[in-house]
Amino acid sequence: MEQTNFQLKKQDAQSHEWDVRLHRATRATREDWLGRGISYLCIGVIILVVASMLWFITSKGIATFTQNHVSLWKFLSGTNWAPDQGNIGALPMIVGSFAVTFAAAIVATPFAVGTAIFMTEISPNKGRKVLQPVIELLVGIPSVVYGFIGLAVVVPFMRHLVGGSGFGIISATFVLFVMVLPTITTMTVDSLRAVPRHYKEASLALGATRWQTVSRVILRSATPGILTAVIFGMARAFGEALAVQMVIGNAAIMPKNLISPASTLTSQLTTGIGDTIDGTLPNNALWSLALILLLMSLFFNALVRFIAKRGQLKNGR
Amino acid sequence: MGAKRTDFIATVIINLIVAAVVGILIFLLAYILIAGLPHVSWSFLTGTTDAFSGAGGIGVQLFNSFYLLVLTMLISIPISLGAGIYLAEYAKDNWRTSLIRSAIEVLSSLPSVVVGLFGFLLFVVKFKIGFSVISGAIALTFFNLPLLTRNIEESLSAVPRNQREAGLSLGLSKWKTEIGIILPVALPGIVTGIVLSAGRVFGEAAALIYTAGQSAPVTNFADWNPMDAASPLNPFRPAETLAVHIWKVNTEGLASNASQLSAAASAVLIIAVLLFNLGARVLGNFLYRRVTASK
Amino acid sequence: MLKQYSFEKTAVQTFAGNVSLAMRTENLQVFYGANHAMHDADLGFPKNQITALIGASGSGKSTYLRSLNRMNDGIATVTGKIWYHDVDINEPNVNIYEIRRHIGMVFQRPNPFAKSIRENIVYALKANGIKGKAELEERVETSLKGAALWDEVKDSLDKSALALSGGQQQRLCIARSIAMEPDVLLLDEPCSALDPISTVKVEETLLQLQKKYSIIIVTHNMQQAARVSSQCAFFHLGHVMEYTPTATMFSNPQIPATQDYISGSFG
Ligand SMILES: Nc1ncnc2c1ncn2[C@@H]1O[C@H](COP(=O)(O)OP(=O)(O)OP(=O)(O)O)[C@@H](O)[C@H]1O
Ligand SMILES: [Mg+2]
Repeated sequence: MEQTNFQLKKQDAQSHEWDVRLHRATRATREDWLGRGISYLCIGVIILVVASMLWFITSKGIATFTQNHVSLWKFLSGTNWAPDQGNIGALPMIVGSFAVTFAAAIVATPFAVGTAIFMTEISPNKGRKVLQPVIELLVGIPSVVYGFIGLAVVVPFMRHLVGGSGFGIISATFVLFVMVLPTITTMTVDSLRAVPRHYKEASLALGATRWQTVSRVILRSATPGILTAVIFGMARAFGEALAVQMVIGNAAIMPKNLISPASTLTSQLTTGIGDTIDGTLPNNALWSLALILLLMSLFFNALVRFIAKRGQLKNGR
Repeated sequence: MGAKRTDFIATVIINLIVAAVVGILIFLLAYILIAGLPHVSWSFLTGTTDAFSGAGGIGVQLFNSFYLLVLTMLISIPISLGAGIYLAEYAKDNWRTSLIRSAIEVLSSLPSVVVGLFGFLLFVVKFKIGFSVISGAIALTFFNLPLLTRNIEESLSAVPRNQREAGLSLGLSKWKTEIGIILPVALPGIVTGIVLSAGRVFGEAAALIYTAGQSAPVTNFADWNPMDAASPLNPFRPAETLAVHIWKVNTEGLASNASQLSAAASAVLIIAVLLFNLGARVLGNFLYRRVTASK
Repeated sequence: MLKQYSFEKTAVQTFAGNVSLAMRTENLQVFYGANHAMHDADLGFPKNQITALIGASGSGKSTYLRSLNRMNDGIATVTGKIWYHDVDINEPNVNIYEIRRHIGMVFQRPNPFAKSIRENIVYALKANGIKGKAELEERVETSLKGAALWDEVKDSLDKSALALSGGQQQRLCIARSIAMEPDVLLLDEPCSALDPISTVKVEETLLQLQKKYSIIIVTHNMQQAARVSSQCAFFHLGHVMEYTPTATMFSNPQIPATQDYISGSFG
């Protein structure tokens, strides 16, 4: 009786010891708390940056309308930009930005798609050895260098060709075309590579030529991807500041043609923001331009998501 | 027109396009190097700029570019490492995570001029720090964080699951597993990403014009105490970088030889960026061999 | 077509109070979302014996095994009790890292760290606060000897573990686990990636190790189960159909499903 009691107690004590041992915090649990803390903090910093960026630019950007009581419609449709005199029609810059963006995308897309087809379908080997580095180098060139070349080569060239100052939408388009080309090409290559091999093989087996296969099968099934690529390129063009500002001439007037000085949202911002005083109408008006840039960037983002979702639905079915 | 003929024509056109793309790059590089390199000399690389005309050497700007790069990396690497680990290891597959991912996506797609303006608003207007190295470095950090975070997350997630299981099954904490086991394997990819982003940061100007400023006060390169006003390390002095200098000389420069100056500065900038690209490749391959095979 | 076997008719042994068990599960269920991958597993594992888990692919062996040291945390929902030293280690508030130190695991595919052979073994030891150089060296040697790898690698401990052959890597993984001096060793098809000679080596290692450890091994190879194990559990579609001493299972299977499986006329 005594004996068993003693044994039971001993057993109890042992299992109690294990109970404690398996429940207490150890170095590993503390490490995990620490790690969790650090990584949550870091992601928190990023979220805070994004949130405050959206908040500050929005609140600054709407001051034109809430404090200076400029009508939103006048801002968007007015063509007279002279903030010193209280005229803040932003249409010239809006038109300028959209014009260079669309023009650059329209010129760059055939080049990008052609290059991507070459890299994936015609000569993957040369594609990897020659074009891949070429594209990477083009991405690597800083935008001020593009701006400088635009200023030193494209602008004089346009001046010789059509007269005038040489500054204007055409020159900006030219510079942006080279800048967005690598973006669109890289992403198009990815989407062409993602087309299942058997699509291509089936088409070739039916006796289609390479071009028929490419145009009817590969490009068609890669269309959402190519569209996404073009939108990314457009987003880059829309937001590019210095290279455009250096070659477009920076005249805040409605562009009448493609070869006279014009301006974009970004170019107006870079030239203007340093010369205005915080809190005044001219300053607030510039922040409103920045807000348009921000909203457009969100719009491009949403568009890409929308296309991706559509693509998933289609593939799912 | 037969299908064969169309095929032929299409092939010719595509080849022409490719030739044009390659030609553009060759032209760009050749133009910059030919126009710029003859004007690059030791005195140009180390000399000081005339504050009024913008003529003269680029010594201070070159230093500023590297100083800003180092500061930016010092701030952004730890943060994106933590954030990358969060996304690769701790984030659950739910709406909160996808919101976080969207936020990062948004940050990465914002034009750099917007990021720069935000930095201007925050540091120069609100906190009244003025145009300074530190304002510039933080603005560049904002611009750098999303790409670096994504690169780190991708590199970490690409490490096979079984490495994580190996660590966890030995009773290592998640954190220890990630830092001690996964990170070393992911290092080649991470380092490549960091060096590539360094090239981007080095060439960035739009985010800096209104944060680090457009003037390069001559500093006393014998004084390395960051607290001294004249020290090159003082984080509160304005610091025009090489990329900003090129922009400035071209748009507002009064120097008679502005074009030669900016060609030379562009050549230096391009060479620096090319070296970063090359360095990324070489370093990545080297580390990859170190990690995968026997040393 | 798969034959239908009744899940009502099972033969699962229980152990009398005088057999001491390394661990035991009670009513263990595992769900991958809506997929009910493991039903009601009540198994006890005698100390210092090798228990084999056999069954067709997808029958839930790995699922069950991975639940035992909480490796399914965050992947699957595991309900029921897992008794280890009279503690239910399936409770949320137990220290899973401590559990894994006592219940080690070796996986199907060798997964050495991308570090040197020595570092593979000492890394987790150092993380657990073992600092002494002499002690670390000793653990390296004993664990590599225990895993029958010492003679092959003793001169190249600083070489990368990735340069070893698959069989050597797997034995390194076993060494890495036993260097932690666990109570229980879980092995999930440790030989499936190995050639016959390496397999024999690993099996010999296991037979040696059972003197110190309790071992649970998943295997597809019935000869292997017969060679090394004392107890054997047969899994089928997420159910434990039969759990008997190995000798019984292979000479006198208790239910039709097991009979068919070990005679090869299954399914
Ligand atoms: N990570 C997972 N997520 C979802 N379902 C899973 C997961 N792992 C396993 N399953 C499912 O659980 C069931 C049992 O799988 P388990 O891997 O345990 O089988 P197994 O007996 O180990 O098979 P094998 O012999 O092929 O290793 C299967 O239906 C499988 O699809
Ligand atoms: Mg399995």
